[in-house]
Amino acid sequence: MTSSTKPSISAQHLVRRFGHFTAVNDVSFRVEKGEIFGFLGPNGSGKTTVIKMLTGLLPLSGGHAEVEGFDVSKDAEAVRENIGYMSQNFSLYTDLTVSENLTFYGRIYGLSNDHLRKRMDEIIELNGLGPYIHRLASQLSGGWKQRLALGCAMLHEPKLVFLDEPTAGIDPVARRQLWDLLFDLSGHGITFFVTTHYMDEAERCSHVAYIYFGQLIADGTPDSLRELPDVQPAGTLRIEITTPQVTRALRLAREIPGVRNATIYGQSIHALVDDHYDLNGLREELLKRNIVVAEIRPLAPSLEDVFVELTSKRQAEQEAARE
Amino acid sequence: MSNVFRGFSAVFYKESLHIRRDFSTLFFSLIIPILQMFLLGYAIDTNIRQINTVVYNADGRQQSRELLDRLKNSDTFHLIRYVNNDRDLNDAIISGRCRVGIKIPVDYSDRLLHQTGAQVLVLIDGSDSSVAGQAINVTTAIGLDESLRRVLASSDAPFPVEMRPKILFNPDSRSPNFFLPGLVAVLLLNVTTFLTAFSIVREKERGTLEQLFVTPVRPMGLLLGKLLPYLVIGFFELSMLLVAMRFLFGVPIHGSVILLAFLSLPYLFVSLSLGILISSKATSQAHAMQLAFLTILPSIFFSGYIFPRETMPKFFYYLSYLVPAAYYINITRGIILRGAGWVHLWSDALILFLMGAALLIIAARRFHNKVIMA
Repeated sequence: MTSSTKPSISAQHLVRRFGHFTAVNDVSFRVEKGEIFGFLGPNGSGKTTVIKMLTGLLPLSGGHAEVEGFDVSKDAEAVRENIGYMSQNFSLYTDLTVSENLTFYGRIYGLSNDHLRKRMDEIIELNGLGPYIHRLASQLSGGWKQRLALGCAMLHEPKLVFLDEPTAGIDPVARRQLWDLLFDLSGHGITFFVTTHYMDEAERCSHVAYIYFGQLIADGTPDSLRELPDVQPAGTLRIEITTPQVTRALRLAREIPGVRNATIYGQSIHALVDDHYDLNGLREELLKRNIVVAEIRPLAPSLEDVFVELTSKRQAEQEAARE
Repeated sequence: MSNVFRGFSAVFYKESLHIRRDFSTLFFSLIIPILQMFLLGYAIDTNIRQINTVVYNADGRQQSRELLDRLKNSDTFHLIRYVNNDRDLNDAIISGRCRVGIKIPVDYSDRLLHQTGAQVLVLIDGSDSSVAGQAINVTTAIGLDESLRRVLASSDAPFPVEMRPKILFNPDSRSPNFFLPGLVAVLLLNVTTFLTAFSIVREKERGTLEQLFVTPVRPMGLLLGKLLPYLVIGFFELSMLLVAMRFLFGVPIHGSVILLAFLSLPYLFVSLSLGILISSKATSQAHAMQLAFLTILPSIFFSGYIFPRETMPKFFYYLSYLVPAAYYINITRGIILRGAGWVHLWSDALILFLMGAALLIIAARRFHNKVIMA
């Protein structure tokens, strides 16, 4: 029973320096078994560096990390046996067929012939690759390439799978199917470490973390992050204003005292306002400025709001520190 | 568990599939060396014969014509022009139409007759040193021979000293016999260094190498799995080249073919390891191509393939000890031309093997430390 309470990933005070540049600065987090862990952050913020550290590709400059119970610095080979990895460009051998790609990765992990055949059947069944089994990987569409790559990464039954931007450049249907598959597999106790740029994908994760210039600035369930004081400061209200004249409305709304932050979402405006306004008071302020308001209602912050708030707060702190 | 060759058989399997799929690359890398062998085997002749020669015979009498006949019969000179003044003689050489100019002075026959020492002017274009050297040797020899005949003509005594040179191993001094065994060493680099370097750099470009490093495959398993299929191809290429050499160019193999095959393994190993080392440095296939050419040049110029190593300046001579092709050319010429055996060649093979092992270990370390961080 003790093993089931151990986390899939435990990262403590990870540091990675490249010369004078600190790419990863004191990053700590835990990923429990069976979680879908969304690891977010802008390009160049250190996401891939953290993955390389956790998979034993990059030595740590400081800190300690255990993956599936193995120390990444001391036992990288054991770590690699227990994880799967799918990179963003799918890393398939395009001149090999679907079954040859699978066979190769199966052999790399040392699967016996019988076991390999059994696992290939399971993967093919699970991913629906059956009709394409003898097709060259180069002839597959993006979505099928991604399924094959996932199949290759899971052939050896890893307990933890790293997916580095798994849905970059594939169509929405394939994207949704992938997520359905991930939920299905995580239900069987497999842990997923997913990096993504899509906020709707982040919302689907059971646990998200946000890394910004090498530092972790958010870590928790999506709901717990929405309630952070930095995201929803005391005395503020987050609202959605629906109006036919969004662009003009945005400009004018920003002039209203007490409106802290406003941005356009399609036909509506999302704004953070001081809560000395109630919704009706705000509607009046807008009408005074000749803005037709179709609807005005309170709104929970999206994860995008969360990350924007946290990032701007961090930027402000950094600028203050510099002065 | 901690088997350093882990992943070897999987990589070998995959690499064999790549080679089968990309048949055209394989075909061209096998056929181009054969074509090169044809071109070089038929076109290059290091024996200098029939040098274009211009003659100004100011004397014109029988004695002078006899001298010209002797020059003509030496097979070294091809008398293509006869001129009547010094200026035309000079111009023929400056324009490049003739390499050698021979001027027999107007008093040649008179001086012979009076035994006052006749002189013949030989102008030689020095822009090609081997042609110039040959022209000097042959004209000097003919002059000495002519003099001796005249001095000894009165008596019946034989020449006091006579050199009897005997050329071992390649008695006719046939150029193919000299060139082709060396050419084999240079051509093998095509399918070994180049193909392995490309095959690994391709994986870097595709991102599959990074993927492999997240699996439990070990660098040695990966590299040997990549290397072995190309070793097989290299061996096949070697057999093709040897068959062409023996049966199309008629170069006899005096030693044991089996020994030659066996001693070729360490050379193939070195060139494959070199390819792997290149791929650890190169970031694209074009980059790998440039680096591979960098290894071809010393193999051609410092290996003794064309120019003898012994005549090089000291610095380059010692540098040539670092060129694997130098050892292998000693092995191929040794077995093919001199009928050398294991006792004569084991040290060359051992050095090649050690070089290969060192390069492979360096490459594996580089892969371990650097590639994965790029």
